[in-house]
Amino acid sequence: MSSKKSILDNIKQQQIEASTMPKIKLNAVVYEDKIQQFIEMSRAVGGDAILLKEGEDINQVIKNLFPKALTIGSNIPKITCATFNPDQVDSPHKLNGTDLAIIKGEWGVAENAAVWIPQNVVHKALYFIAEELVIILDSKHILNNMHEAYQKISFENAGFGIFISGPSKTADIEQALVIGAHGARGVNVILY
Amino acid sequence: MNAKHTKAAERFLENKDHAAWHNQTLWFVREKRDKVVKNVDEWEELRELANQIKAHTISDLAKYLEEFADNAKKNGIIVHWAKDAQEHNEIILGILQKHKAKKLAKSKSMLTEECHLNPFLIKNGIDVIETDLGERILQLMDQPPSHIVMPAIHLKRQEVGVLFEEKLGTETGNSDPTYLTRAARAHLRNEFLSADVGMTGVNFAVASTGDIVVCTNEGNADMGTSLPKVQISTMGIEKVIPDHESLAVFLRLLARSATGQPITSYVSHFRKPAPGNEINLVIVDNGRSDIVGNKSHVKTLYCIRCAACMNTCPVYRRTGGYSYEYFIPGPIGINLGMLKSPKKYHGDLAACSLCMSCNNVCPVKIDLGQQIYRWRQELDGLGLANASKEKLSAALNAVFVRPSLFYNAIKVGKMLKYIPRPFIYNGLNDWGKGREIPTFAKESFNTLWKKGEIKKNKKL
Repeated sequence: MSSKKSILDNIKQQQIEASTMPKIKLNAVVYEDKIQQFIEMSRAVGGDAILLKEGEDINQVIKNLFPKALTIGSNIPKITCATFNPDQVDSPHKLNGTDLAIIKGEWGVAENAAVWIPQNVVHKALYFIAEELVIILDSKHILNNMHEAYQKISFENAGFGIFISGPSKTADIEQALVIGAHGARGVNVILY
Repeated sequence: MNAKHTKAAERFLENKDHAAWHNQTLWFVREKRDKVVKNVDEWEELRELANQIKAHTISDLAKYLEEFADNAKKNGIIVHWAKDAQEHNEIILGILQKHKAKKLAKSKSMLTEECHLNPFLIKNGIDVIETDLGERILQLMDQPPSHIVMPAIHLKRQEVGVLFEEKLGTETGNSDPTYLTRAARAHLRNEFLSADVGMTGVNFAVASTGDIVVCTNEGNADMGTSLPKVQISTMGIEKVIPDHESLAVFLRLLARSATGQPITSYVSHFRKPAPGNEINLVIVDNGRSDIVGNKSHVKTLYCIRCAACMNTCPVYRRTGGYSYEYFIPGPIGINLGMLKSPKKYHGDLAACSLCMSCNNVCPVKIDLGQQIYRWRQELDGLGLANASKEKLSAALNAVFVRPSLFYNAIKVGKMLKYIPRPFIYNGLNDWGKGREIPTFAKESFNTLWKKGEIKKNKKL
């Protein structure tokens, strides 16, 4: 007998009362100003978020934020400050040493500053391997909470999707918070 | 005879400053949890929903597991099933050998601890690299985790500094956590880049989509699975949940309960392998399917491993993870250990004051305290009751059912204060260790009542 069958058979043999699936209906948190809440939460989780002002050039804003970044990877055509297209690299290992990656987010969640990113680059390593990460997000795509988020997200065509909330962090040494464990040391969300 | 936990706790408590620091550090995490939880008005509704979703899923576990495995397979994930730890380890070694892999970059998984995967792989020539910072520290020290979320919580920064000086060549005497974390980042970056296979645990397995969901703060699971072409993820059968709608509920609870964060930095959903890559998933039983029908303890299968029960537990905080016999400490560990082997792990049952704080923080409402209480009632039947406590109980029973004996005992009790300390606080009196026997009132309530000194209708 296969292990699969023996495990499933043993489960089916157990006496257990049926229990119905609850209706997931609750008055979950909503915010008067979702954008403001998202920005505040982004800071609370160790990152940052800014709302692009009318007439501001996103490339200039990025250059001002990261004057020292030399290798800037992005596959977004409008990001002219990028120095290379990460999709044209033949192995994810070659992305090591990227100072800054600029990517697109699909949905933002106000309650926890998480940004949903269905894989939209060839090598998903880009999201983690770059020293700094900039996520560009439509300010009309900010939702209140995770329940709303899972109503919206889909990634049928991508094999991978991720919520990113702030930079990589650890508190494994004496509970002292250190930003920048393995992934990006900084996450800036630019809302337009 | 003292429980093993009590003896181990004595050793932990020898260093009073360290023990006090441990207690405060864990309590700090509990306070962080309280702070974020207060900002979620619907917190109790969420806990109740999470509890009901788990109850439902476990009541129809075979269906959900099949649905999940079928969907994962359709998505191109290679699904393996393992009855026990040995089969789990052999499957993983087989995958590694198939790909001629030498180095495995591993992120945190308590299941692999349970299966003793690392020693097995190392014995078979695999270079296993733990990549969670805390886990890596412990691997370099050859120690097991003392907490399931903060594995190296028992260590002081100086100890990590000395370790890194020896193993990673950091500066002598520098124990600044930022400096040490940077050193580990550089060291592990090289390991990620040279790993042949990346391995992760699983936080949630979504039946309706076949998604494998992994939560980390460091991003190590993602680094480990984004560079090599082969991924292995391993999960216990209880990790399956129905759908994304349920996932929203659990994700709102998990990080808030664990570390007081609104969500972990990364919540990754692995659905399909990238072209030319491979994702292997191992679904492990190792005794779990027997718990499904165990009415008294089935709720242990609801656990999402947030460790809130440890952080709040007054015994865990004051005795540390290594005082427990089972590899998972704290209230959930006591119960899981007893389910694994009452004979081996019943000593952990002593590590509970039945304060029930764990019940109140558990995000999926497991009746942790009641379960421990029930185990204690069952010990006698299992032939594992503490002999000296049994005798004491029998003696007390004899006294309590005979009023004359009872009142005489009280009179004797009052004499205790005239007896020199060494006669009372010695090795024979377990109760007197670390605490004082209360002083008896001059006159008992019974005597006062008989004398008519208790006034009727006297407002208290």
